[in-house]
Amino acid sequence: MPSVKMPRKSTDTDMTPFVDVAFLILSFFMLATKFKPPEPVEITTPNSVATKILPENDAIMVTLDSSGRAFFSVMSEKDPMIKYNVVKGINDARNLGLSDIEMKNFVRTSSVGVPFSQLKGLLDVPAEDQGKVKQAGIPIQDSTNNELFYWIQSAVTAFQGHKLNYLIKGDQKAKYPQFKAILDAFKRNDIYKFQLVTAVEDVPAGTELYQERKAQGVLPKSK
Amino acid sequence: MASVDTGGGDSGHKKGPGVKKAKKLSTRVDMTPMVDLGFLLITFFIFTTTMSTPSTMDLYMPKDTKKDEEQNKAKESGALTILLAKDNTIYYYEGQLAPDASNFQSTNFKGIRDVIINKRKEVMANHVHDASCEKIWAENKGDKNSCLDRDFVVIIKPDDDATYKNTVDILDEMTINGVKRFAMVDLFPQEVELIKKTEAGQ
Repeated sequence: MPSVKMPRKSTDTDMTPFVDVAFLILSFFMLATKFKPPEPVEITTPNSVATKILPENDAIMVTLDSSGRAFFSVMSEKDPMIKYNVVKGINDARNLGLSDIEMKNFVRTSSVGVPFSQLKGLLDVPAEDQGKVKQAGIPIQDSTNNELFYWIQSAVTAFQGHKLNYLIKGDQKAKYPQFKAILDAFKRNDIYKFQLVTAVEDVPAGTELYQERKAQGVLPKSK
Repeated sequence: MASVDTGGGDSGHKKGPGVKKAKKLSTRVDMTPMVDLGFLLITFFIFTTTMSTPSTMDLYMPKDTKKDEEQNKAKESGALTILLAKDNTIYYYEGQLAPDASNFQSTNFKGIRDVIINKRKEVMANHVHDASCEKIWAENKGDKNSCLDRDFVVIIKPDDDATYKNTVDILDEMTINGVKRFAMVDLFPQEVELIKKTEAGQ
C-alpha cells in the first residue's frame, strides 16, 4: 500500500521582514540616542510638574548626591574657552599651581567634586578615568571655607557677557541643610534665581494648574 | 536567437566530457549573522539611551536682609506655615503659632494639598477690596480675580531632617495650586522644639 507522504516543508523561514523591523528599530535608537556624559555619581532627581527644558549651554550646575557631596560642573559646549577660563580663574585666585595640561584636562572633565587641595591630584588623572577616583565633594557646609562660593565666583567672571543659568541637581535623598548650604553659596555671589533639575511628572487632575494648562491647551489629552 | 545557449548542444564549440555546466547558485543569503549583529546593536542602544528628558524648575530666593523695613510682612490672616520634618511628615499651622501650640497640626504630602486649597479658598472668601488691588489688576490684564488671593502667603520651613525631595515636592505643590506668594525660610527655635516634642511623643 502506498503510504501517504506528507510533503516535507523546509524549516527555513523568510527572515527579511524580521530584519527590516530590527534595522528600523536600530536606526531609531541610533538617531534618538544622546550619550550622557559620564558622571562620577548617580543622581535620581525628584519629579515635578515643571516643563522648562534643561539648558545645555551657558550654565553651571551644582550636583548634590544622596550622601551630601557637592559637585560642580560647567556647561559650555559651544565655547570650551569659557570652561578653561573658569579653572584658570580658580587657579589664579587660590594659587593652586595647576599646569596648563591640567587645566586643559579640566575642560574634558564633566564635573569635579574635590576640595581645592586635591584638585591638582584629580586633574592629573585623565578625564576618562576620573570616574574611578573617589571624590570627597566640594566643601560647602563650613561657612568660613565655602569653596563652592569661589567656584561660582570664577564661573560668573568667566561667563561675563553671557546669560548664565544656575542649575542645581539634587538627589531625592539629599538632605535639606546641604541644599541650603549650596543656596547660601549662590546667595553670597548675589545670585537669587535658580533652576532645579527635575524629572517630568503629570499635573494632578482637577487642580488649579491643571485647569490653567487645560485652558491654554497645553494638556494634550485629559485622563 | 536571443538567448544564450549554454545547453551544450551541437551549436557553438564543443565541450569536453569533463567540463561541467556551472551550477546556478541560489540568491538567498544566510541572514542570521546580520540579524545577530543588528540585535546586538539594538540592545546596546537601548541600554545607553536616556529617554527621560530632564526639565528644570525655577526657584527665586529673596535677598537676605537684616533691616526690618525691607522685609516683607505677611498678613497673619493669610499666612500658612508649612514645616517639613523627617520621614515625609509635614506640620503646619495657620497664622501665628499659638503659645499652647493648639493650632499645630500634622499631615503628609497627600493631605497638604487640601490644606493649601482650603486655606486659599478661605483667604479669597475673606478678601476685602482696597486701593492696592488696582495695581495687581493692571499687572494681570484687568483680571478681577487676580487680587483675591493677595493676602495668601505660604511659608515653607524645611528642618534639618527634611530631604531635597520633600523640598522640591512642596515647591511643586505651590505651582500646582497656583500659590503666587511663598517663601522658604529657617525655623524658629520654638518650632524646632515643638517638632522634637511631637516626634518623641509618637
